Amino acid sequence: MSSRTREELQQVTVLFCGDSGDGMQLSGTQLSTTSAVYGNDVSTLPDYPPEIRAPAGSLAGVSAFQVHFAGHKIHTPGDNPDVLVAMNPASLRVNLPRLKPGGVVISDRDMFSERNLAKADYATNPLDDPALGSTYCLHPVPISSLTLKALEAVDLKHTAKRRCKNFFALGLVYWLYARPLEQSLAWISNKFAGHPLVAEANRRALQAGYHYGETSEAFAVQWSVPRAPVEAGSYRMINGNEAMALGLVTAARLAQKALVYSSYPITPASEVLHHLSRWKHLDVRSIQAEDEIAAMGSTIGAAYGGAFAVTGTSGPGVCLKSEAINLAIMLELPLVIFNVQRGGPSTGLPTKTEQADLLQALFGRNGESPIPVLAPDSPADCFAVAIEAFRIAVRHTTPVFILSEGYLANSSEPWRIPSLHDIPTIEVQHPVEARGFQPYSRDASTLARPWLLPGTPGMEYRMGGLEKHPGSGSVSYAPQDHEAMCRLRADKVQRVAAFLPEIEVNGPEQAALLVLGWGGSYGAVATAVQRTQDKGLAVAHVHLRHLNPFPSELGEILSRYDRVLIPELNDGQLALLIRARYLVDTVSFSKLQGQPFTITEIETRIEELLS
Amino acid sequence: MNTVPEDIKLTRKDFVSDQDVRWCPGCGNNAILAQMQKMLPELGVPREKIVMISGIGCSSRFPYYMNTYGVHSIHGRAPTLAMGLKCARPELQVWVITGDGDGLAIGGNHFSHALRRNVDINILLFNNQVYGLTKGQYSPTSPLGAKTQSSPDGSIENPVNTIGVAIGSEASFIARTVDVFQKHMSGVLKRAAEHRGAALVEIAQNCIIFNDGAWAHLSDPDKRLENVLYLEHGKPMRFGKKGEKGIRLNGFTPEVVEVAEVGEDQLLVHDERASEPTLAYFLSRMGPPHFPTPLGVFRAIDKPVYSELLMQQVRTAQAQRPPDLDALFRQGETWVVS
Ligand code: SF4
Repeated sequence: MSSRTREELQQVTVLFCGDSGDGMQLSGTQLSTTSAVYGNDVSTLPDYPPEIRAPAGSLAGVSAFQVHFAGHKIHTPGDNPDVLVAMNPASLRVNLPRLKPGGVVISDRDMFSERNLAKADYATNPLDDPALGSTYCLHPVPISSLTLKALEAVDLKHTAKRRCKNFFALGLVYWLYARPLEQSLAWISNKFAGHPLVAEANRRALQAGYHYGETSEAFAVQWSVPRAPVEAGSYRMINGNEAMALGLVTAARLAQKALVYSSYPITPASEVLHHLSRWKHLDVRSIQAEDEIAAMGSTIGAAYGGAFAVTGTSGPGVCLKSEAINLAIMLELPLVIFNVQRGGPSTGLPTKTEQADLLQALFGRNGESPIPVLAPDSPADCFAVAIEAFRIAVRHTTPVFILSEGYLANSSEPWRIPSLHDIPTIEVQHPVEARGFQPYSRDASTLARPWLLPGTPGMEYRMGGLEKHPGSGSVSYAPQDHEAMCRLRADKVQRVAAFLPEIEVNGPEQAALLVLGWGGSYGAVATAVQRTQDKGLAVAHVHLRHLNPFPSELGEILSRYDRVLIPELNDGQLALLIRARYLVDTVSFSKLQGQPFTITEIETRIEELLS
Repeated sequence: MNTVPEDIKLTRKDFVSDQDVRWCPGCGNNAILAQMQKMLPELGVPREKIVMISGIGCSSRFPYYMNTYGVHSIHGRAPTLAMGLKCARPELQVWVITGDGDGLAIGGNHFSHALRRNVDINILLFNNQVYGLTKGQYSPTSPLGAKTQSSPDGSIENPVNTIGVAIGSEASFIARTVDVFQKHMSGVLKRAAEHRGAALVEIAQNCIIFNDGAWAHLSDPDKRLENVLYLEHGKPMRFGKKGEKGIRLNGFTPEVVEVAEVGEDQLLVHDERASEPTLAYFLSRMGPPHFPTPLGVFRAIDKPVYSELLMQQVRTAQAQRPPDLDALFRQGETWVVS
């Protein structure tokens, strides 16, 4: 012990990886909660294989979970990890290239059998490779056998004991970063309350891992990461999908409405259906539709009936829903559609992230078909965006698109738990006065039409997807009526801009470079801009939460900068919109790898542009 | 079911909208519209509680002509809107108006799933065996060999059997009637309206423009009695001018017999409530040239209703757990920063 030194770090990124069955997601979430409870700021990102049960030990079956914790505010799960916990050869092969030079590798030596090495295409054992040992700080630990040894006295089957090795690895990481064990010990007791032996085994494995770090000569340094200054309040970890589900049910509560959620299972959006189908006590009525079209159709039916109606999907599902979305636009019904974007086209990359459905949301339908589009900027922000989407939908009687991302859906961050009483209610009105009533009359400020509900006596009316007479809403093919209605629908969506908060410019009001981002790239862009500003570069940052309509002052802001850099996980879709709308010569920074931007990528690009 | 207060008596006129009916003169749709407008006042459901939802096609213009709430939606998707509406507002009486193209081609998936789920809606499928609105192409119910705009050499497609699809979809109420059979249609529609769960009524409808006479063997008063088997629950299956013919089961095959020769007790007895759809399936296969076409209620059984089960689960959850959103926010591990 006396030979150990203790050093402080400002931030650390740990990547747990192993076979799908190795429990790495659990190790990762435990480290994140423990760190968050300890007082660090935390951001996490899981990386699952798309196959449910890929062959054990195969490269396709590698599952990973990245945890970034820091002594200051952070916005991303970290670029390259400082520590790689690799439970088998395949996970080492897949993730080693991402490790920082000089980074720490903790590997389960027991799993590097000839068979497993072959499955990972290793001719020789990499743990014995001197080159590897000189590039990285290599710790081959016999995790499996040490776990079994620690559990000798526990009366469980061999296989059940082996399953505890993820807690051994976690314990070792806890020692390495001087993390307290209490949170995980409490979690184990709670989780396995009905299985005292399993609880005991996991407790012992966790402690054994910790003690191994303490006693093994191999670990010369123990690091600590100080607490981050965080706003006072109650917190929990939340990922984007759960935040979305909570935001949707909150919106309905704020209006005292039932929430009807209709959806067809699709990665990475299904989790929202799982959450909402468990919240019936809050009058959530969830429908698993027979297909994406039915999900959209039933959402329209529910909105017509007066519920807060929402459907969620991913890009391929939006393709199928398009015709029905246009019906909602034509009927001018308030409802919400969210798209948890994944890599496309076609089935593409179901479990990977992308931002390439922006133009689809804006334009992917027949005819002139305007719709408001919002995008959350962080996992927890999905909560706020879901509520705002319903506010806009109701205020302007329009369907509203939310563009979430696979990355936001799955990654987690601490969420300051709100109180329902602190969130302004959503006012909803349904007309009941038949005299002089016109189904397509307009509110002067929002251009909304009345949200009349079936069941209202004396006001029976018919409407449909055919073009209408402005006012009465009766079918009309008259040339002037079509033009008037097209312009009305467009103006109505533009009116949303009048209700938006002012854009925040982070940085100088005038400069050589503005970085304009949207969606889940927020964290990487904000951090990269901060870093380059700290280096004295004249760069500002604007983040767009509203993609349609754009905030009114955007054009004026853009004009104050010599160049506008637009980083996005697509081939320049926002850049195209900005160029077309404001005649600004944007510099597009596009990435199409199914992975979010790293901070370094954007930092480097900013520096290149300003050198 | 809602009942109308005593002092409000609705009449046919209350259900007539201010829109001019734009179907071709002589189109079977006109007769169906008239029957619906006549039958609805008899149900005792307030007009504002009735919603007509249609897809696309000639039949789908229907909601515009009914002075109820109505949505003329998109092609094939009416059952999906109806399901969503029913989940939001279980107290409304929801009708889906569709056709053979809308309901069995582009919307076949939703048709089948709405019946399977047993959402409490009434689906009226106007079957004219042709696409009318798009001007005369063959439909999924057009017979093999049908010469149409898109099949000048005769259709090479095997038609689908509407009743058979409904049986395969485990529908709890299945019936058939004919556009010009006023009294029969009225009775069938009323039964459909009163059924708990999804009700399907196939209405043989004449498209006078593109497929005139497709159902002439049923509608022609001279041939009608020879060609129609009126289904009546608990009654032996007899047809013919004087009911002289009947249906008997020979092994696994139904056959037409002379009642005088075999005796009435040999005949199949209709049982619309049979728990297995075997009999309904036999009936669904009958039609020209060897059999009469069955009309009436093929099947009417009690089955759990989707929209009711959904609300039951909601009420149970509400009884078991307070509607505390703040508690939901705090689910899982939380910590306090002070
Ligand atoms: S085309 Fe045929 S179905 Fe359509 S309205 Fe005319 S007669 Fe009726």
